[in-house]
Amino acid sequence: MERVPVLKIGDILLVSIQIDMEDQVALQLQEDLAERIVATGCHGVIIDISTLDIVDSFVGRTLATIASVSRVLDAETVVVGMRPAVAITLVELGLSLPGIRTALNVELGIEMLARSRAETEVELDDEDDADQAAVTTS
Amino acid sequence: MNQESRLIPVATDQDVVRVRQLVRTVAVEAKLSLVDQTKLVTAASELARNTLVYGGGGTVEVGRVRSEIRAGIRIVFADQGPGIADLDLALTDGYTTGGGLGLGLSGARRLVDEFAIDTAPGKGTTITITKWCR
Ligand SMILES: Nc1ncnc2c1ncn2[C@@H]1O[C@H](COP(=O)(O)OP(=O)(O)OP(=O)(O)O)[C@@H](O)[C@H]1O
Ligand SMILES: [Mg+2]
Repeated sequence: MERVPVLKIGDILLVSIQIDMEDQVALQLQEDLAERIVATGCHGVIIDISTLDIVDSFVGRTLATIASVSRVLDAETVVVGMRPAVAITLVELGLSLPGIRTALNVELGIEMLARSRAETEVELDDEDDADQAAVTTS
Repeated sequence: MNQESRLIPVATDQDVVRVRQLVRTVAVEAKLSLVDQTKLVTAASELARNTLVYGGGGTVEVGRVRSEIRAGIRIVFADQGPGIADLDLALTDGYTTGGGLGLGLSGARRLVDEFAIDTAPGKGTTITITKWCR
């Protein structure tokens, strides 16, 4: 069985799906990614589907599951490069991919991840400040 | 369907990939628009997977058709599985007995121009879809 490679680039895991995946291959990718997120501690995953000429309900569901599992493991997933014809077909199929963040290409996906990471870090800092304030006033 | 149609047995995941590839090739030959190619291949992928998963395997036949006014592609998915008892229910968005999204049948119907099902409990299921060139 073929396997989709998962590359680590900086603190991001990059998956570029270059083959027409059998269902088993998609499920294997889901497992591989979860393991790599834990092993590397990466907080961002980019899945590049620019070479896919269709996304059916199975692949759509797999992408949604990958996004949910990553979130539980403290990583954000961005799906990038969806072709216009694929987007039109997905919507008509009835699959709107709720909960999946998308960007037009890898570069924009990396920017999106960097921005949302910066935001969560600011939020964490704010919480620390609030704790500090509570301590000093008591 | 004319004599040029091709038959693919569907017994494994890999066969579903083959169905997608054949439908894509025929759709390009028939000069369907890019969006229509994408819709037809997606519909075929859904129905071929149903043939495998629920029908217990079967066949997919892909061919070109021609009416007086236009040309198109016709695909027949056939299995000898359990059949579908309540067709209206099976065609409802979100209905699934297999833990899927329940979008395969209903979604595939939206993606093609013609969609016909012949099924009965214990008699298997045959689904015929047609996409016409614009
Ligand atoms: N060839 C078939 N033989 C028997 N039952 C079928 C067949 N195709 C579909 N069904 C029944 O119809 C239901 C709906 O099918 P549909 O493809 O819409 O959804 P699904 O396969 O369950 O999920 P999804 O395709 O979204 O992953 C199936 O759960 C199954 O019960
Ligand atoms: Mg289905």
